[in-house]
Amino acid sequence: MAKKLPKVDVVIVGVGWGGGIIAQELTKQGLTVVGLERGKERKTEDYFMVHDELRYALRYELMQDLSKETITFRSNTRIRALPMRQYGSFLIGTGLGGAGVHWNGQTFRFLPYDFQIRSKTIERYGEKKIPDNMTIQDWGITYDEMEPYYDRFEKLTGISGEENPLGGKRSSPYPTPPMKQTPAMKMFADAATKLKLHPYMMPSANLSQQYTNEDGVSRAACQYCGYCERFGCEYGAKADPVVTVIPVAKKSGKFEIRTHSHVRRILHTGNKATGVLYTDVTTGEEIEQPADIVVLTSYVFNNARLLLLSKLGRPYDPATGKGVIGKNYAYQVIRGGATGFFEEKEFNLYAGAGSLGMTLDDYNGDNFDHSDLKFIHGASISFSQTGQRPVANNPVPKGTPNWGKDFKAASIKYFNRALGVGAQGSSMPFRQHFLDLDPTYRDAFGDPLIRITFDFEEQDRQLAAFTADKCGEILKEMGATQIDVRRELGPYDITPYQSTHNTGGVIMGASPDISAVNNYLQMWDVENLFVIGASAFPHNSGYNPTDTVGALAYRAAEGIAKYAKGSGGLLV
Amino acid sequence: MAQTDERQEQPVSRRKFLKNSGLVLGGLVVGGVAGSLLKTKAPPAPQAAPAAPDFNQALMYFTPEQFRVVEAATERIFPEDEHGPGAKTLGAAYFIDHQLAGDWGFNSREYMQGPFYPGEATQGYQGRLKRREIFDIGIQEMNNYSTAKHQKRFYELEPNQQDGVLKAFESDEVKLTTISASGFFKMLRASTLEGVYADPLYGGNKNMDGWRMKNYPGNQMAYTQVIEQDKFVKMDPVSLRDHQHG
Repeated sequence: MAKKLPKVDVVIVGVGWGGGIIAQELTKQGLTVVGLERGKERKTEDYFMVHDELRYALRYELMQDLSKETITFRSNTRIRALPMRQYGSFLIGTGLGGAGVHWNGQTFRFLPYDFQIRSKTIERYGEKKIPDNMTIQDWGITYDEMEPYYDRFEKLTGISGEENPLGGKRSSPYPTPPMKQTPAMKMFADAATKLKLHPYMMPSANLSQQYTNEDGVSRAACQYCGYCERFGCEYGAKADPVVTVIPVAKKSGKFEIRTHSHVRRILHTGNKATGVLYTDVTTGEEIEQPADIVVLTSYVFNNARLLLLSKLGRPYDPATGKGVIGKNYAYQVIRGGATGFFEEKEFNLYAGAGSLGMTLDDYNGDNFDHSDLKFIHGASISFSQTGQRPVANNPVPKGTPNWGKDFKAASIKYFNRALGVGAQGSSMPFRQHFLDLDPTYRDAFGDPLIRITFDFEEQDRQLAAFTADKCGEILKEMGATQIDVRRELGPYDITPYQSTHNTGGVIMGASPDISAVNNYLQMWDVENLFVIGASAFPHNSGYNPTDTVGALAYRAAEGIAKYAKGSGGLLV
Repeated sequence: MAQTDERQEQPVSRRKFLKNSGLVLGGLVVGGVAGSLLKTKAPPAPQAAPAAPDFNQALMYFTPEQFRVVEAATERIFPEDEHGPGAKTLGAAYFIDHQLAGDWGFNSREYMQGPFYPGEATQGYQGRLKRREIFDIGIQEMNNYSTAKHQKRFYELEPNQQDGVLKAFESDEVKLTTISASGFFKMLRASTLEGVYADPLYGGNKNMDGWRMKNYPGNQMAYTQVIEQDKFVKMDPVSLRDHQHG
């Protein structure tokens, strides 16, 4: 029998960006909030030894322990899903701050086109442009409605940047000026400008200068040490939940964080959630935390998984296309890029920051004509100088052996002489891509793992080849002496790292037939349950997801506060 | 932008960093690392002392025979040449030995529950063997193959013969029943590069000479003075040990 604790106003499941923002905003409204985090506590002091490529980048120090829980994967329903036994394609965060600790800090807004993708595609190209199985849909919210929430997340985190010439309208400039520009970034910008493209400084959560936000959180400027992605920031310069929202929520006296608390079920009676059941992983004790409002703020996979394990919402069935939980799983098309080798130049590539770079959106969203193309949407194209580390970076021109004398010579020579121009491709949802519970494999508690059914489609192959060529053109203009263009996407392979931008599964929309949550991320079927994260994206754009996750969390916080003060019911 | 030998930049000391960065201590967020640095004592003056023996160079997992095979193989993957030392001098085989003795060798943070089925290549490793077991088998098979072909153990072969053996594993020309020869080679190659370039605290990259070859400056605190420079800035590397004791 589980130990039952006194009821609280709000319980949140997972204390990363989503949970942190909800806690900060709801405690301001006077609500009492309990945050359950399955991992351990984290603080800036932990990163004293953080410049360790082996421990953090290659042995995944900050990531979920896969021996306890992983996902299973198959490319289609005809084959057996098998567990992701080791890390590869994407990384799953855990612990206080979640994936918000190990991110790079690239903080892009999605395009106005994204939020109305279906209607705008039909409007410009006709309904036939959308392949039969492609399940794109409007988000039930417009860019203009999202704008104030983007603005709040960017002011919270102090984003350093300059206006995207091809982006949506902004109500105010970025809170801090752009980061410093390196010689390689300047080359990219000059080449892109000559090609009549529109480069701009990548919006960065690594601060260009000291910044104090409206909640009184003060953070130092980035030192360009080159250890962001997969690492925590020892300076607090990179915005993460542990150095922004969590301390503010705690200071209110109304937020209690319980680490090592692994939530296993959402409890419910009728169509209302009543709280959650979790295991204290240090003692094995089962504990029930009743609450008026339950907010899921874990990663994409666990948001969907907890709903399915708790038998909440209508599970998606790919055979009929009916049901919504698990629907529209999408990813990112990241492999269509190019590497340029520069015989005559040597760059200080060891120096950098996770979101130091330049980007252009000429081939993103619907910023270009797709009439003669066999895909919709596109990709942002960037040169990023994130800091090259020596184990993982051994760039050699095509045709060089993979080991031995020639490999050694070339990998040493080009370590500081190779620049990658990459495309971050959007990922459209398809009827046959979804999440459900695995029938065979279980986690350390005996609960079924979440199962991913996903593969790249013709849309993705066309997109990758298109963007790879564009990246090659830019490198040519930059003066690269040899350019290796990666046009071939191949099947989706879970082994090489690609992107930790998994999306969908608990998507938002204008009606319960096609979506799990409304535009406050309130579940249509369970009015006091809110599900926050990139799980709400009906498709993935050609950008990093965090700005949109943060904006949606602010929107949801507003909705939850309204719901808590009102007489219940759906907010939309 | 020619390479310069000039040492443009001194590593920024943490004290200096604090002074220059305008890091605010106080308020809601105190830079934890920086906060603790304030109490750090000044580093002791360097003094000439006899070189201490490297206590790290002893075996935690391999038998001496296994070690000889791995050391010889790593040296072929990353050989000594005019650029500098190879994997052997850098201690890559000690690195691999130490790694196999710990979490990584036991796959302890990876999902190792059954049932086990052979999967598609796109589904990743699906074996039941741990890395240390794969190394045991792979090393034995390298010796078996070497003996069958050249009547000598792997480490007794000429370098070009050793390359031939490694290529046979890399291309799966060697057919093994228990493990994938190419999968083992991939692991050997990847862990050799780790042993050459990971922080010396793990037993490889001796004296940070792997980093020096690649002009990688190691664990510096800040590059604010370098980031915009057009010239290549060469620095003497700094390790995590320097960070701990500096």
